Amino acid sequence: MTALLEFQNVDVFYGPIQALRNVSLSINEGETVSLIGANGAGKSTLLMSIFGQPRAAQGNILYQGQDITRKTAHFVASNGIAQAPEGRHVFPDMSVEENLLMGTIPIGTKWVDEDMQRMFDLFPRLKERRNQRAMTMSGGEQQMLAIARALMSRPKLLLLDEPSLGLAPIVVKHIFQILRELAQSGMTIFLVEQNANHALKLSDRAYVMVTGEIRMTGTGQELLADPQVQEAYLGGH
Amino acid sequence: METARGMRLRLLGTCPVRFIRLVLSCSLASLTVHLFPLRENLIVDGIFLQQLINGLTLGSVYGLIAIGYTMVYGIIGMINFAHGDVYMVSAYLAAIGIALLSFFGFESFPFIIFGTLLFTIAVTGMYGYAIERIAYKPLRNSTRLAPLISAIGMSLILQNYVQISQGARQQGIPTMLDGALRFHIGEGFVQLTYTKLFIIVASIAGMLILTYIIKYTRLGRMCRATQQDRKMAQILGINTDRVISYVFVIGAAMAALAGVLITLNYGTFDFNAGFIIGIKAFTAAVLGGIGSLPGAMLGGIILGVAEAQFSGLVNSDFKDVFAFSLLVTIMIFRPQGLLGKPQVAKV
Repeated sequence: MTALLEFQNVDVFYGPIQALRNVSLSINEGETVSLIGANGAGKSTLLMSIFGQPRAAQGNILYQGQDITRKTAHFVASNGIAQAPEGRHVFPDMSVEENLLMGTIPIGTKWVDEDMQRMFDLFPRLKERRNQRAMTMSGGEQQMLAIARALMSRPKLLLLDEPSLGLAPIVVKHIFQILRELAQSGMTIFLVEQNANHALKLSDRAYVMVTGEIRMTGTGQELLADPQVQEAYLGGH
Repeated sequence: METARGMRLRLLGTCPVRFIRLVLSCSLASLTVHLFPLRENLIVDGIFLQQLINGLTLGSVYGLIAIGYTMVYGIIGMINFAHGDVYMVSAYLAAIGIALLSFFGFESFPFIIFGTLLFTIAVTGMYGYAIERIAYKPLRNSTRLAPLISAIGMSLILQNYVQISQGARQQGIPTMLDGALRFHIGEGFVQLTYTKLFIIVASIAGMLILTYIIKYTRLGRMCRATQQDRKMAQILGINTDRVISYVFVIGAAMAALAGVLITLNYGTFDFNAGFIIGIKAFTAAVLGGIGSLPGAMLGGIILGVAEAQFSGLVNSDFKDVFAFSLLVTIMIFRPQGLLGKPQVAKV
């Protein structure tokens, strides 16, 4: 299998503070890979560095074999990487439909009707609220909207940053159910989560990040069974 | 148990802002009434209606220029102090356009005005693009103050450039559109010149077209997305630098429309013409709520009408004082402007 996205010895700094240390990882086509770690470990920084925000100081980020380390965010997005970022970042003053339309920027509006229908089938709640402004919706609905918006660009690689953040357990369950369906349909997913239990059960492979370094890697099942991971991220014993 | 005095003190103590607001607004209001006693029987001979027409004309033009301020503020959070001078440049361009078309022997008013509009909007749009590229884009990631200072510099450059290349004298164009509609009211009459009618219609058309673009087109959605969350817009594949350029071009185009219309009405302008009208349009933008598009239009019309009514009914020498007092009063009671949204600090 070829790696769709590959980090090669990447260092990232925020001013004098080093956020990522010599990070190497790869995501193959069709895989669901997750990155787990505590708050502040650098997981979101890693995702954002794909878009050059912040830019990697050392090392390379390869996408489909092409070096994208120094490319602009919109270039990366136009080439098939979509992200549902941490904190959702839906456009607060736009309706659900308009938010979904914003997802089609990289591919144009050729398939917009079909895709929007697909999103409404996937997330029926969004259909009910299609003309409502995003800021008036609940956290779970906004998360669904953020994921649906990312899917509207028909991405080759879907990046998800903490989709469970701040949501009720039942909503988290629902969202992971949908992610599982997406994964089974062949979508390549890179998932960043603090909720290690859900993430590891969903993933083919996973990486564990501690203070900016990759400490451990393995299949989802291996890590779920690992005593150290259980201790640190799954509530132990 | 609290005594009444204690309670009063506590009230004053807990909300000094409200107290200062009260004192300020009372003194402002009383000052206005004391200084400027109303003339008598003005409404009867139609001055009110006449000034309403004049105010709408002026206000719609303020609104057009205010759009440039408000859109640029909305998208990059800076006040484009060179915007008034962009308007000034467009007034010169309008005169040049009219002169050129007349020189080539075109005589029909609609053709000349349409050609001039196209020419002025296109060239002023290029000015807007170039100004953003030269003065603001290199400062995109610096402190908030830097582009502000750069804008003032750009404003001075434009004024001096026009003064040197066109001369310091006042320039003018002949009246293009004669005639007026007259309505008799009592002993007096109200006059709506065709020029003013044209200005009001053209401004409203300009605003409607812009509103349509911002609300329903892909470009408009990209502008709004960039305004609401620039980083997310980039992640979705929007070239936000280009969107910001578009916004400057749109703002300049609206100023160009205003420039053509004002030149048609007043006929004269000089290199300094952008200053006072720029400040007024900025006031209109703040009045309506800076960052809000309908706010800019509404603010422009309210400011224009209020100013015209004041100069007609009270005193025309102090109309600027009144306009800015109106701004101060609204800022005291509604700091976010009429249609603006209050700034909520994100934690």
